[in-house]
Amino acid sequence: MSVYQKNEVKEAETSRTLSLVVDNQPGTLARVIGLFSGRGYNIESLTVTEIDNIKNLSRISLVTRGTSMTIEQIKSQLLRIVPVHIVRDLTLEGPFIKSELALVKLVVNGANRVEALRVAETFRARTLDVTLSSFVFELTGKPSKLDAFIELMRSLGDTEISRTGVSAISRGYKTETKLLDQI
Amino acid sequence: MTINYMSGAEAVIQALVENGVEVIFGYPGGAVLPLYDALFENNQIKHILVRHEQAAVHAAEGYARSTGKVGCVLVTSGPGATNAITGLTDALMDSIPIICLSGQVPTHLIGTDAFQEADTTGISRPCTKHNYLVKDANMLCDIIHKSFEIASNGRPGPVLIDLPKDIQLSKVKYKNKIFNTKDHKQIKSSDLDMDVINKVAKLLLQSERPIIYGGGGVVNSGPHASKLLTELVNILDCPVTLTLMGLGSVPNTNKNFLGMLGMHGTYEANLAMHHCDLMLNVGARFDDRVTGRLNAFAPNSKKVHIDIDKSSINKVVSVDYAIVGDCKEVLFALVEEVKKLHNQNIKKPKTKWWSQINKWRAKDSLGFKQLGSNIKPQQAIKSLYEKTKNMDTYITTEVGQHQMWAAQYFGFSKPNHWMTSGGLGTMGYGLPSSVGVQIAHPKSLVIDISGEASFLMNMQELSTIVQYKLPIKIFILNNEWMGMVRQWQELNHGSRYSESYTASLPDFVKLAESFNITGLRVDNINNLEATIDEMVNIKGPVIADIRVEKEENCFPMIPSGAAHNDMILSSEDNNKDTSNEGLALV
Ligand SMILES: Cc1cc2nc3c(=O)[nH]c(=O)nc-3n(C[C@H](O)[C@H](O)[C@H](O)COP(=O)(O)OP(=O)(O)OC[C@H]3O[C@@H](n4cnc5c(N)ncnc54)[C@H](O)[C@@H]3O)c2cc1C
Ligand SMILES: Cc1ncc(C[n+]2csc(CCOP(=O)(O)OP(=O)(O)O)c2C)c(N)n1
Repeated sequence: MSVYQKNEVKEAETSRTLSLVVDNQPGTLARVIGLFSGRGYNIESLTVTEIDNIKNLSRISLVTRGTSMTIEQIKSQLLRIVPVHIVRDLTLEGPFIKSELALVKLVVNGANRVEALRVAETFRARTLDVTLSSFVFELTGKPSKLDAFIELMRSLGDTEISRTGVSAISRGYKTETKLLDQI
Repeated sequence: MTINYMSGAEAVIQALVENGVEVIFGYPGGAVLPLYDALFENNQIKHILVRHEQAAVHAAEGYARSTGKVGCVLVTSGPGATNAITGLTDALMDSIPIICLSGQVPTHLIGTDAFQEADTTGISRPCTKHNYLVKDANMLCDIIHKSFEIASNGRPGPVLIDLPKDIQLSKVKYKNKIFNTKDHKQIKSSDLDMDVINKVAKLLLQSERPIIYGGGGVVNSGPHASKLLTELVNILDCPVTLTLMGLGSVPNTNKNFLGMLGMHGTYEANLAMHHCDLMLNVGARFDDRVTGRLNAFAPNSKKVHIDIDKSSINKVVSVDYAIVGDCKEVLFALVEEVKKLHNQNIKKPKTKWWSQINKWRAKDSLGFKQLGSNIKPQQAIKSLYEKTKNMDTYITTEVGQHQMWAAQYFGFSKPNHWMTSGGLGTMGYGLPSSVGVQIAHPKSLVIDISGEASFLMNMQELSTIVQYKLPIKIFILNNEWMGMVRQWQELNHGSRYSESYTASLPDFVKLAESFNITGLRVDNINNLEATIDEMVNIKGPVIADIRVEKEENCFPMIPSGAAHNDMILSSEDNNKDTSNEGLALV
């Protein structure tokens, strides 16, 4: 990127959710992450797992922020990476679902135990582990819902949090099958 | 052994042959001994033993840039691979197709800090277009075939293949290359949007002040793209300027050629860029050396960008029309469209534009005065050009003032005859690069235009030059300074010449003689031409130590952070204070 100042059209940064299909190969993730760190782009969330074990493909769901010019750059730069096959901008494409899973350990005694269970029930969290002084809850849903839940849990006691990061998919009947067939 | 079974190393060499490799530049070591064994007495691939792995990559770059083929490199693990990194970065920045094979410790030792182990794929990831660590011998052939596709398709670049020693020794079944044309990401000519081509053609004809700005992409696209670009320029009778990387794609003798643009470009090229109403960028990437201050870059123009790499578009400059595609294909469509529309009499006359440009030209921004007996570096290049322009001459350069003077005063009439490190600006590029060029063109005149400081960076390659009897001419503009650094210190840092003097220089004539090379020296303008004649006429390699004016500056110059119309033409012009922001730029 140039060290000279950019054309000064101040445009707000927005959050974008990208969905990538990549070869499940050593080094692919390093290249994707290296692109973000090397060129100074933001990563707010990133998840990767294999989605096709015959073709050896993985999906990367990625949430980033930037102006539309930066996002365009990010998308074209991602596509330059040899093992990256598909780059979709879900935010741009239309309605989509963003979901995340959180595991929340809460250390809690006395009256707050009941409160914790009540909150968990309201959020439809599952209780995965119980001791006399702790719980582990599992909650899935929109990141904002997880945020709210975790905040409430924190006010009830000592917590330990593990979140998966966002996984995303478009709404409606359209699939990527055609695109995948070309790989 | 059946016909198809061979060692991994033999398979690698066979795959290189199958991909058309004739020459490989390399340096041996423990981790590549099986490969060297496979090369031993191989008569299909000629191995050129360089004297440093960085030089191997630059030599391969010179080979690639001057032939349009893929350059090939072989280095050992650890230090061999890390030495190659500068070259790979250089090739990535300048979009040069390179295959670099590196040795690696055997797979079972990877990760144990074994002898000469380095995380080569990790280190080279940001400086390659793609890289591989081959952990499964069955994948070996496919990976090599694929690497050649990756290196040369689309925007070319370097690909590294890390080869653990056990893979080189394992038994593999050779697999031939399957030409699979279905790379779904590749841009096809059928994807060209003819509507946009039509609009752009109309704009070109109807604009009053158009300019074409061509770059390295035209050279990458092959000689035909250069022909088409020249044809477009001629039909439109439109001014054309070229980047450092694009020089030669329109002949310097074309009357519409305004010279190079950018930081050390001509007055007319930069001002025409500044005042144009339509800019057509063909295979160039709006580099900061070219645009100057971005918010004052061609402020009143519509911009069109042709580039094979979508990420080059709107990266630093937003454009009105983008055409993603290979220069030769897009130019072909564009030329056809312009020809079609030409008959419809929609072309606006460009006489006013040309008379304005001719006024800028009259400034003679490359003018200099050769007074006294000291040799002006500009004159040295000019004379070199005059003496060699009718020969089949290839020029390589190092980095610094001499590089810019070469770009300004040497004329290039054909593409692929000018090899220089533009994006990374790697001192020490020119000498090894000239090795690659001369290997590819044994009968041609190959000259490395060098500065004394840059020459010292890879001068071990003299030994390679002698070994392979390469008649390379090393034309050192010796000003005893890291001239470009000295110039910036003079202009931006109050003439505080911190560490930019090249002290303790060798006697270049004696140095040459110690390698059994002819050494020449000249310090008087009256002997310059005779020395050049002598250099050119000597059959073997020559080091010519051209003692030039020591404190000459390279002008014109757009100071850091300034706009195209803010050029300085001489030291006396340098009364503009450089802002702190400007000082921060490189
Ligand atoms: C000391 C120094 C001073 C310099 N001063 C100047 C200066 O005054 N002026 C100047 O111009 N440069 C100068 N440079 C060089 C500068 O740094 C850049 O390297 C250069 O300007 C880039 O040239 P380019 O835009 O043609 O791009 P390149 O780096 O050659 O890139 C080519 C572009 O074309 C695209 N492309 C590649 N192949 C194709 C194809 N087949 N079809 C279509 N598109 C393709 C690529 O995607 C890329 O965007 C200087 C360098 C140094 C070291
Ligand atoms: C490897 C490397 N290190 C440092 C630089 C920074 N640099 C650019 S030009 C230059 C001086 C070059 O001096 P010389 O080769 O004598 O050429 P001159 O400018 O005098 O023509 C330096 C140090 C560089 N481009 N490359």
